[in-house]
Amino acid sequence: MTAAVEITGITKRFGDVVAVDNIDLTIADGEFFALLGPSGCGKTTTLRMIAGLEFPTQGSLKIFGDEVGTLPPNKRPVNTVFQNYALFPHLNALDNVAFGLKMQGVDKSTARKRALETIDLVQLTGMDARKPSELSGGQQQRVALARALVNQPKVLLLDEPLGALDLKLRQEMQGELKNLQQNLGVSFVFVTHDQEEALTMSDRMAVMNDGKLLQVGSPEEIYEHPANRFVADFIGQTNLLEGRVLDSETVCLANGAHVTGTSDLPMGTEVAVSLRPERAHLGPRDETHSRQAAVDGVVESVTYLGNARVYHVRFDWMVIEVREENRPGATLHEPGTPVSVSWDPSAVSVVAD
Amino acid sequence: MSRLLNKTANKTAGSAVEPHGWTKGVLQANGWLVYAFFYAPILLLVIFSFSDSRNVGVWGGFTLDWYEGFVDSQQTQAALWNSVKIATVSTGISVVLGTMSALALERFKFRGKQVFDALLYLPIIIPDVTMAVMMLLFFAEFFDVLNAVFGTELRKGFSSIALSHIAFSISFVSVVVRARLAGMSSHLEEAALDLYATRWQAFRFVTFPQILPGILGGALLAMTISLDDVVITQFVTGPGWTTLPVYVFGLIRRGVTPLINAVSVVMLMASMTLVALSLLVERVRNVGTNQRRGF
Ligand SMILES: Nc1ncnc2c1ncn2[C@@H]1O[C@H](COP(=O)(O)OP(=O)(O)O)[C@@H](O)[C@H]1O
Ligand SMILES: [Mg+2]
Repeated sequence: MTAAVEITGITKRFGDVVAVDNIDLTIADGEFFALLGPSGCGKTTTLRMIAGLEFPTQGSLKIFGDEVGTLPPNKRPVNTVFQNYALFPHLNALDNVAFGLKMQGVDKSTARKRALETIDLVQLTGMDARKPSELSGGQQQRVALARALVNQPKVLLLDEPLGALDLKLRQEMQGELKNLQQNLGVSFVFVTHDQEEALTMSDRMAVMNDGKLLQVGSPEEIYEHPANRFVADFIGQTNLLEGRVLDSETVCLANGAHVTGTSDLPMGTEVAVSLRPERAHLGPRDETHSRQAAVDGVVESVTYLGNARVYHVRFDWMVIEVREENRPGATLHEPGTPVSVSWDPSAVSVVAD
Repeated sequence: MSRLLNKTANKTAGSAVEPHGWTKGVLQANGWLVYAFFYAPILLLVIFSFSDSRNVGVWGGFTLDWYEGFVDSQQTQAALWNSVKIATVSTGISVVLGTMSALALERFKFRGKQVFDALLYLPIIIPDVTMAVMMLLFFAEFFDVLNAVFGTELRKGFSSIALSHIAFSISFVSVVVRARLAGMSSHLEEAALDLYATRWQAFRFVTFPQILPGILGGALLAMTISLDDVVITQFVTGPGWTTLPVYVFGLIRRGVTPLINAVSVVMLMASMTLVALSLLVERVRNVGTNQRRGF
């Protein structure tokens, strides 16, 4: 099967700024693909190159097997939902949605019919005569979505489409977008800086930083096996315990303790053991561990979250977070209590820079 | 300017930051004084244009003779038509060129852009007299060269006046249209391209409707300035091409009569109509984009 989008060795420079640095990326037909990274890492630039609004300085870009390198945006079978919607303020919702069809020369009555159908699809029935300024943020977002979808693009590009919405609406739209994507079977390339959004919505995701592509994989792969320190830290919460590689199975932590940690890095490499707060276990020092890795510490403070408690535990050389679910009968550790933090070796990953 | 008028028109509800007490009194008095300063001369002009006395400033009873004189006079009629023709042609051409330069400056990158940008404002800054002398020199040389090389018989007149007016109007149009373009996100044009529009269609269906109020505002400004101009026109005019303001200026030298008042009132009306039109354009635009339909 040909990939929906195939990016090979793409670089984009703006003067001295390298916005996108030699990335390779393949997006399959029909998948929900999230492009995740902090602000300024090159997500929008990558998306704009797929759309044709920016041309790569270097590299090859194929859409369904066709090289599109410097093809203008109006010749590409993709459509974009812009970050700030970019709705045409002088046109009402219907004319906004019908714009693409009109430009493609679809006859008036067909264009109108299809536009109205798409307005129904995004649940804006009856709003077709409203100008963008007469619509709420969420409704504008739906018009922007309809305006792109009505053209039946082979790939839909979305640039932080939910960024401007409040939390409740955002969660609602996340579900709706995901459903829509599954029903239509069209590839969505979804740019976001919100790791939770990327994890919950995507089939596969890419993590970017500083113009570089750090890791591509399913949300589970990326959460469980982060490729490097940045990814481990950026996706979810984690504690990074500094140390050095001893052998392929062991890491020597900063305090000299040896813990199990699998890696194929050469001996002596500076690494960190990434220990997620919910995967660490807190117990009294004298407890005999069935788990193999343990470090002694002292409880420094406790944060009550309702469904869980987060303990800040001081080690000799750092403070880590441990999250304990608030189950009935869960032991409470008061600040100042000496404790032992233990974990299952298979629950951690060893990451380098 | 329209915003200012709106503010005074519909008084906003009192708030903590608004002036009150004696501060408010003083500000209000100041307002009235400024208005009196503006409009008292205009009022006098209008009143004395109906005065049945050859001496301006002496009320000799009501008459419409001066207006009749204006309508009957071949010279005023000719001057009026000259003004209208020149204003129409120079506005038409400067709107197209001014809009194009505004688009180039706001939307494209090109070599020498900054220099072009700075030079475009020059006609607004240069004193009229300097501009007039420059134009005079230019046309003297330019027409001579053309006549010598191509055997044409170009003389100062319509084309020299129209070209001079175009030369300064472009700057004004370009400034107004640019302000409008700067307020319009370039993402709109990108969205149009993304939705299969060609560059021309993106301009035709998205950019143009967005900047139309700016273009109309610029056109009205260009037209007003062209209709008003005395200094530059006087320098570059030729036989048979006296414009109305130049004609009035000539009349004054021969002694002020209420005929001048009448002509001035007509010109005033024309200017005010243009300003009213530009305000109307602004209103229509605001209704179009900011308010619900069917209000
Ligand atoms: N048109 C441009 N001109 C110059 N620099 C740009 C331009 N567009 C983006 N950049 C730079 O490229 C980098 C990546 O930007 P962008 O792709 O917008 O990041 P993101 O969408 O991930 O926040 C940033 O450093 C930004 O300043
Ligand atoms: Mg961005």
